[in-house]
Amino acid sequence: MTLPVFLQQIVNGLTVGSLFALVAIGYTLVFGIIRLINFAHGDVFMVAMYVAYYAITAFNITWYWALLLTVLFVAAFGILIDRAAYKPLRQQNAPTTTMMISAIGVSYLLQNAATVLFTGRQKQYPQISYFTEVIKIGSVSFQRMAIIVPIITIILLIALTLFTNKTKVGMAMRAVSSDMETVYLMGIDVNNIVTLAFGIGSALAAIGAVFWGTKYISIAPLAGSMPGLKSFICAVIGGIGNINGAFIGGYFLGLLETMIVAFFPQLTSYKDAISFVCLILILLIRPTGLISEKIIKKV
Amino acid sequence: MKNNKSFKVPLKKIAYWFTNRNHILTIVSLILLVLLLANTRNWFGLYVERIIKVGMVYAIACLALNLTNGCTGIVSLGTPAFMCIGAYTTAILCMSPASKEIVYYLTPMVPFLKNIQLPFVLSLLIGGLLAAGTAFLIGFPVFRFNGDYLSIVTLGFSEIIRVIILNTSSVTNGSLGITKIPDHTNIWVVFISLLIITLFLLSLMKSSYGRALKAIREDETAAQAMGINLFRHKMMSFVLSAFISAIAGGLMASLLNTVDSNQFRFTYVYQFLLMLMLGGQGSMSGAIVGAMIVASALEIFRFFDEPINLGFWKYPGYPGMRMVFFALALILIILFWRKGIFGDREFSWDTLFGKQKTRKLPDNSGL
Repeated sequence: MTLPVFLQQIVNGLTVGSLFALVAIGYTLVFGIIRLINFAHGDVFMVAMYVAYYAITAFNITWYWALLLTVLFVAAFGILIDRAAYKPLRQQNAPTTTMMISAIGVSYLLQNAATVLFTGRQKQYPQISYFTEVIKIGSVSFQRMAIIVPIITIILLIALTLFTNKTKVGMAMRAVSSDMETVYLMGIDVNNIVTLAFGIGSALAAIGAVFWGTKYISIAPLAGSMPGLKSFICAVIGGIGNINGAFIGGYFLGLLETMIVAFFPQLTSYKDAISFVCLILILLIRPTGLISEKIIKKV
Repeated sequence: MKNNKSFKVPLKKIAYWFTNRNHILTIVSLILLVLLLANTRNWFGLYVERIIKVGMVYAIACLALNLTNGCTGIVSLGTPAFMCIGAYTTAILCMSPASKEIVYYLTPMVPFLKNIQLPFVLSLLIGGLLAAGTAFLIGFPVFRFNGDYLSIVTLGFSEIIRVIILNTSSVTNGSLGITKIPDHTNIWVVFISLLIITLFLLSLMKSSYGRALKAIREDETAAQAMGINLFRHKMMSFVLSAFISAIAGGLMASLLNTVDSNQFRFTYVYQFLLMLMLGGQGSMSGAIVGAMIVASALEIFRFFDEPINLGFWKYPGYPGMRMVFFALALILIILFWRKGIFGDREFSWDTLFGKQKTRKLPDNSGL
């Protein structure tokens, strides 16, 4: 393997990692607050791809307006899902596994509804020339997207960290994730905070989805479940409930996957299994993830 | 004299057993069921018979899921992988070498497996044992987790197993899948499998093991404090569930005549969750009834996928429409009817006739 090829793979891995990270935030925020593995998040991601697809192809909107529209629509959609499928269960104090099955139900619904609405056939995602233009630096050539995506991701990470650390709402969010009942007694509307978490998570997943579509071109109703699960794994690798952890996990898994495929091409067909092996190993060796927060188990 | 006496007592017992209304009802309904199954093909045709067969296979898978999810309280999502193992093992072992030659045209099969051909029931059992062995190995890492982490780890293993099966072409024919599997599943094979598994699970749940499993479901910490070995019981439930899932998978393979690893993606478990939630988590009767209802509804509501013309209103028909309703049903059941049809109780004639056994609570007022 030559150096340019290696660098090429690094760039590729960083792009994939950034996209994983953007989706992983949604898992980490929701899990941090209500301990729910939101299985439907991957399918929200899929819906975002279709929204962007139709915005660009059917309505001929310029890509930045399409991006904005997708983000707003999908954020609203995420909030709607929370209100419809999870909030009633939260109010009944249902066990987390019941909420998880509800999330599975939502995922099942979104996949099937998408199959009915958009047909099961794969669609060609429109190529946004601004992103797909090939740039050459030295002997390494890549799409412009490969630089833009990590930059956007890092800007969003900084913005999100500032938001959770400096603003009142952000602090409330952190407080809810550490002790929901006490925060409730302090007069903070927990439901609004949870809704906000769903909104932010879905919006970031929407941004990821627009770029994911550009990178992988074909979209299908089941296209969200695998990236969704992998992003969840990223969140676990980095330490679930931790925003920085989601980014670290995203880059870790993105680079690992690309590198394994690059160095051992015979393992390409095992690509999907690698991330699950990674998940199980991390959980066994370091259950709290790479960046760990102490978890006290209450009886 | 002696002979006469020892002969009389069981006869009396049997006679007494038959005077119980519930026992009579059970026997009569079993006979009716057998008569119905024997004549399904004559009365309702092959199509209905097939739906019933598929429903019973689903019921077996659902019972397996119920054992872990409903009875032990460990939400395992690994059922598809175990079904996949069962399906492939059964398919590979009971096919004739000649048809294997045709099916494995891209990558030739391992000669040892190619020349083997076993009876159907034996290959089903071997599939079950293989899945149980896999579950046993997986169990060690899996049961270091709890709650939703456990679910996601079982899901992870399920996908890993599927990917491995997909990539071992010389054994499983890879992404081409296996076709031309001989159909050994007449209605009696499926019915008797379901009957044996149900009776076994019912007696298991009545035994001390079953009570221990229920105790773990209700409160793990309390169960542990009572001296129940958590790991051993959970492992037993998981391994048994894997065995039963594999039986369902094997029957499914034989029924459909094909196996494809794509069929056993982790999303495959969703429909079993729906059946289980509908019937009531923790109830065997619920699992069977839920499976039968969903299996028949899947066929009955097929008209949603096809165009309907009512004269004044035309419905163009959307392929996959009925699945949207099933997904909606799953969410609605979880939100508003979490008990399901049976709750966590079993079917009993007394409940049916409105004579519910009232459990007397111990009177602690004097303490």
